Amino acid sequence: MANKLISEMGLPKSIANVLSARNIRTAKEALSLTEFDLMELLDVGLAEVTSAVAHISAAVSPPCQTALSLMEQRIKNEEFSGHIPTKLNGLDEALCGGIPFGVLTELVGPAGIGKTQFCLKMALLASLPVRYGGLNGRVIYIDAESKFSSRRMIEIGASSFPEIFNMQGMAREMAGRIVVLQPTSLSEFTESLQQIKVSLLQHEVKLLIIDSMAALISVEHGQQAPRQQSLGWHISFIKSLAEFSRVPVLVTNQVRSQHRDQAPQYSFQDSSNAGDLERADKYDSRLVAALGINWAHAVTIRLVLEAKSGQRYLKVAKSPLSPPLAFPFIITSSGISLLDDEGFELRGQEISTIHFQESDTRMLNAGHNDITKFNG
Amino acid sequence: MDISTLPLSATVRGKLISAGYTSISSLASISSSDLARDLNLLDSEAREILKVAFPVNGMDKVEGSHSIVSGAKNAWDMLHEDEFLTRITTSSADLDNILRGGISCKEVTEIGGVPGIGKTQLGIQLAVNVQIPSHCGGLGGKAVYIDTEGSFMVERALQIAEACVEDMSEYSEFVHKGFQAGQETMQSKDILRNIYYFRACTYTEQIALINHLGSFISEHKDVKIVIIDSVTFHFRQDFDDLALRTRVLGGMALKLMKLAKEFCLAVVLMNQVTTKVVEGSFQLSLALGDSWSHACTNRVILYWNGNERYAYIDKAPSLKPATAAYSVTRRGIRNSESSCKRNKMM
Repeated sequence: MANKLISEMGLPKSIANVLSARNIRTAKEALSLTEFDLMELLDVGLAEVTSAVAHISAAVSPPCQTALSLMEQRIKNEEFSGHIPTKLNGLDEALCGGIPFGVLTELVGPAGIGKTQFCLKMALLASLPVRYGGLNGRVIYIDAESKFSSRRMIEIGASSFPEIFNMQGMAREMAGRIVVLQPTSLSEFTESLQQIKVSLLQHEVKLLIIDSMAALISVEHGQQAPRQQSLGWHISFIKSLAEFSRVPVLVTNQVRSQHRDQAPQYSFQDSSNAGDLERADKYDSRLVAALGINWAHAVTIRLVLEAKSGQRYLKVAKSPLSPPLAFPFIITSSGISLLDDEGFELRGQEISTIHFQESDTRMLNAGHNDITKFNG
Repeated sequence: MDISTLPLSATVRGKLISAGYTSISSLASISSSDLARDLNLLDSEAREILKVAFPVNGMDKVEGSHSIVSGAKNAWDMLHEDEFLTRITTSSADLDNILRGGISCKEVTEIGGVPGIGKTQLGIQLAVNVQIPSHCGGLGGKAVYIDTEGSFMVERALQIAEACVEDMSEYSEFVHKGFQAGQETMQSKDILRNIYYFRACTYTEQIALINHLGSFISEHKDVKIVIIDSVTFHFRQDFDDLALRTRVLGGMALKLMKLAKEFCLAVVLMNQVTTKVVEGSFQLSLALGDSWSHACTNRVILYWNGNERYAYIDKAPSLKPATAAYSVTRRGIRNSESSCKRNKMM
């Protein structure tokens, strides 16, 4: 819409000619200037400029829908009214049916907590036939950390859906629907994103997974400024990709440590007060998501995976759909499974903190052994 | 005053200057036909120039003492208007309290905060609350929701609308003491039908939509709130020329302010936060820079304080700086105490 040509909007001939003579050909170029800039540039009166701008605006502005028609449309046209179930009952209930189509859902957590396991399971679920509760579609899996394991995925499939995977040739068909890309640089990733845009619509793709976004961005840029900019482009591109094709996008994010006293506050907040509360761990470092606040604004749903006193938790840290819930989970041969579907509601900032307490190393090790066993 | 301050095209301005009309006062005593002759223009064009130079000249000055300058109002009348200024409740009594009753119509209010603090939720809540009919103490209006981030969730809107319908029926039962009210009760579907949703995918679309909004609202007169969630997103991602960004944003803010005044509606802009370095330490502040912070009448910042969500009035000419706790529940935005009593929701 933004690049719609002005010459095709049916403006009065005189003003259309002036605009094209000044090399203003698209709506984007015209509307990025203020009315006074345009007057200066085009050398015409205010009235003509305002009417031209109004005309262009009317042609470009997006159509109006009511929230009701939006809802009815989704219920009618989309599987599970626009959600892909995670088969984790508590989480599905909290998210009104699963991971929503058309938006970004992010998984944040320390290394080895189970992010990739979650992604593998979701890839399977999207490719599963409809009669088994899947979406019967293809999956594009962008594996930036080279962690994708087909063996593990089939293992998860075989233990979660034995009736399907024991059928002759089904494992092959399921796995065949999952396309894995392993970009080694940001530019390669950018290129494949642009290709994906076309193929998303042509080939019944039902899920896009990017594991992980942080790996791609941090490899390329050491410095803050260029990182911000290139991230900005990717944020809008991926978001529009999701929106445009109504495909759920699952993105993982790494963590980094940050000093307590570096945690930013507003200028009006009393910093001494906060210090009192947390004096004990003032010099501790804590974990925060690797991609900063700009990225965090862009994702619609953020799920945090963490370990606290040896117990792993899945937390719905940011979601316009659900209250702040936390679910304890374990990793089994069938991937992540919740210990309790009720979950408990967390109050306050606890929901967005990321713990990784290795106090009970025995248990963690045990967890890891489990995973490696499946891999081997 | 110099004539270069007038919104005239460069050719006309050139003609004026070369004919010796360099200041506005030099145009004061001239008739349009003389001007047309001097500048070698049509009479109608000359009349246009004079109209621009002296907008709505004091012919109608008879209406009373207060129109010394046309279009102006005196402070006493404004006070009177202030009393009728309607406000949209946020569903949290504490929050309403510090806002003196809620988000006020005729003003532009900016709401900012960290990701996950509840900006979108508050936006949806307001879009629902504006529809509370007058017999329940509301405005009975409709809402325009401009989504730039794709984060509007219909499922969530439905939840909040259902909770609102329940509250309203409770309220009218309370007021009418079991008497079955003659009015039709509102259904959650009706509430969703009255939210006009626009999805702006680029900043061009966002600008175009805001330009176009005036004519949309004059067709849908009962729109009482315009919510933009968020005003920031596109401008933060793909705008390189920062000076131009400031100008375009300023223009947008002015148009929104005009809308708010003209149609007596509330404009709510959501903003994101950014970190900036102040004296060597990181500080949170709302995005889009310092000049943007002048653009809105009211500014509310949502933040975490210990284990509570708080709202802080950062800037508001008619309110005193204050904070209030609120919480986000399944039913929408509510007071924070209520969340203490309720342990588990599911």
